[in-house]
Amino acid sequence: MDALVEVSGLTKRYGGTLAVDGVDLTVLPGEVYGFLGPNGAGKTTTLRILTGLIAPTSGSVRVLGGRPGDARVLKGTGSMIESPAFYPYLSGLDNLRLLAEYAGVSRQRIDEVLELVDLADRARDRFSTYSLGMKQRLGVAAALLKDPELVILDEPTNGLDPAGMRDMRRLIRELGTEGRTVLLSSHLLGEVQQICDRVGIINAGRMVAEHNVEELRGEQELVVRATPRDDAQRLLTRFGNVHQYDDTLRVQVDPDRAAEVNRALVEAGIEVSELHTTERALEDIFFELTTAKEKTDVG
Amino acid sequence: MLGSYRAEILKLRKRSAVWVLFGAGLVLSLIFGYLLPYLGYATGDDNPQTDGVPRAEILRGMLPARVVDNAIGGYPIFAGALALVLGAIVIGGEYTWGTLKTILTQRPRRGTILGAQFLALGTMIALWVLGIFAACALCSVGIAAAEDGSTSWPGVGDLLQGLAGGWLVLMMWCLAGAVLAIAFRNVALPIGLGVVWILGIETLLAGVVSSLLPSLKWLANVLPGTNAGSLVFSVTGMAASDAPPGVRDAVGGGRALLTLLAYCAVFAVLAAWTTRRRDVT
Ligand SMILES: Nc1ncnc2c1ncn2[C@@H]1O[C@H](COP(=O)(O)OP(=O)(O)O)[C@@H](O)[C@H]1O
Ligand SMILES: [Mg+2]
Repeated sequence: MDALVEVSGLTKRYGGTLAVDGVDLTVLPGEVYGFLGPNGAGKTTTLRILTGLIAPTSGSVRVLGGRPGDARVLKGTGSMIESPAFYPYLSGLDNLRLLAEYAGVSRQRIDEVLELVDLADRARDRFSTYSLGMKQRLGVAAALLKDPELVILDEPTNGLDPAGMRDMRRLIRELGTEGRTVLLSSHLLGEVQQICDRVGIINAGRMVAEHNVEELRGEQELVVRATPRDDAQRLLTRFGNVHQYDDTLRVQVDPDRAAEVNRALVEAGIEVSELHTTERALEDIFFELTTAKEKTDVG
Repeated sequence: MLGSYRAEILKLRKRSAVWVLFGAGLVLSLIFGYLLPYLGYATGDDNPQTDGVPRAEILRGMLPARVVDNAIGGYPIFAGALALVLGAIVIGGEYTWGTLKTILTQRPRRGTILGAQFLALGTMIALWVLGIFAACALCSVGIAAAEDGSTSWPGVGDLLQGLAGGWLVLMMWCLAGAVLAIAFRNVALPIGLGVVWILGIETLLAGVVSSLLPSLKWLANVLPGTNAGSLVFSVTGMAASDAPPGVRDAVGGGRALLTLLAYCAVFAVLAAWTTRRRDVT
């Protein structure tokens, strides 16, 4: 299978800042690829290059087998880069109409995408009156307008409330199950875990790792608050790596073993005041991946 | 190209600021071309405000025969400034709203989109010129009827030449606004700079050159405003004594035409060159 996006050795320098530093990235047909990294990691810069908005400083980039920004490549790519940008004085419908004129898309497709993002009943209102969630949904509608092979969405859930996030994630997952290829950037580990098949992690302009999403699913840990803490810490190393976080202990262990952990602590006469699972913070994973396993193990 | 053009027309047509600018240009043309002169005419011969200009002369200036003078006489200065604002808000808006990235990722190439934008602006300016002309024509017919004046019209050739000249003057200023907007990726700064240039600096320079530095006359004569004024002077064939501000006989009509075309070409090329190679962030 030919990759839809093939990036190798991609570098982008803005004056003195190296925003993207030797990124390699491959997106295969039909997958939902998560491009995960904290703010300022270089996600938007990479996606701008893929859509032909900015030129790379060096490296090779192929999108749909062609150069980014070529008419044929643009035709098969729908994108929303950073915040959705539309003409504020036009209605959502008119905004899509004019994009359809540029792209050579039928009027009927406009109604379809409005329906898809659940914006049909507000389509005739001005864009400037839309809530942030509606603006994002219009952005996704615009990205889908061309019925594209490849959909590029840059942090589409940014700034949404929990309900808005949930709807947006459901929508993106549906795109994936339709067999569309989606390249999604995010700074939320949980989000890419929910939506994506494969995840590439970028930090400070460099690709740190590429995983199948199952490999990241193990990245959960147990939060334990117990006294005396030192005894608890010593005991918990039996189950996995332990590190301190504020006044709690974090244990890298399969969350299904929580009961077993609890029993072990209680049997050792340690008082457990809190025990729950949590997702490991993205920052921890970056820290771990970037500092060659110099973990703050205690034990 | 056709799709992009239709998209650009849609954006212009539905933007109220465009119609406000057009309305302002039209109303100002009527006020200075007909309303104020007519008040001067109606209040009689002995009015010192008419400065000894005979009433018959004022009336002749408002009759259909001189409709082109009134329709495009204001283009070099005030309508030119409005056209520059039009170019700046339309092109600069793409930067301030961030919509440039949205339209550049649709399908057409950057050059095509910019070309469509200029074509659409040219279309709207043509509409504007025709609108002002129609309003002026109506006023002149009304005045001719009310005052029993002659209703003879200028020849079709003179009319077309006048309207085309007026269109070119506005298009040149509009492109100047567009190119400044691209340079500054902004709306407000180009408007400020452009309007100060049109309304202040060109006039100042022309004054300084003619009174203090005659050796720099060549410089004043290549400025866009000077050439706009000269083109309007030439296509209307008005007398130097009743030419409105900015309209004067600095260079010949042929040279003014070529200079304005050259400015349009330079602005368009600069805009295309910058837009095509720029990082859109
Ligand atoms: N137009 C720009 N000019 C200069 N620096 C920029 C520009 N855009 C982004 N950067 C810098 O490049 C780095 C990566 O930014 P970005 O790609 O936006 O990250 P992300 O989308 O992952 O948050 C940041 O350090 C940012 O400050
Ligand atoms: Mg970003």
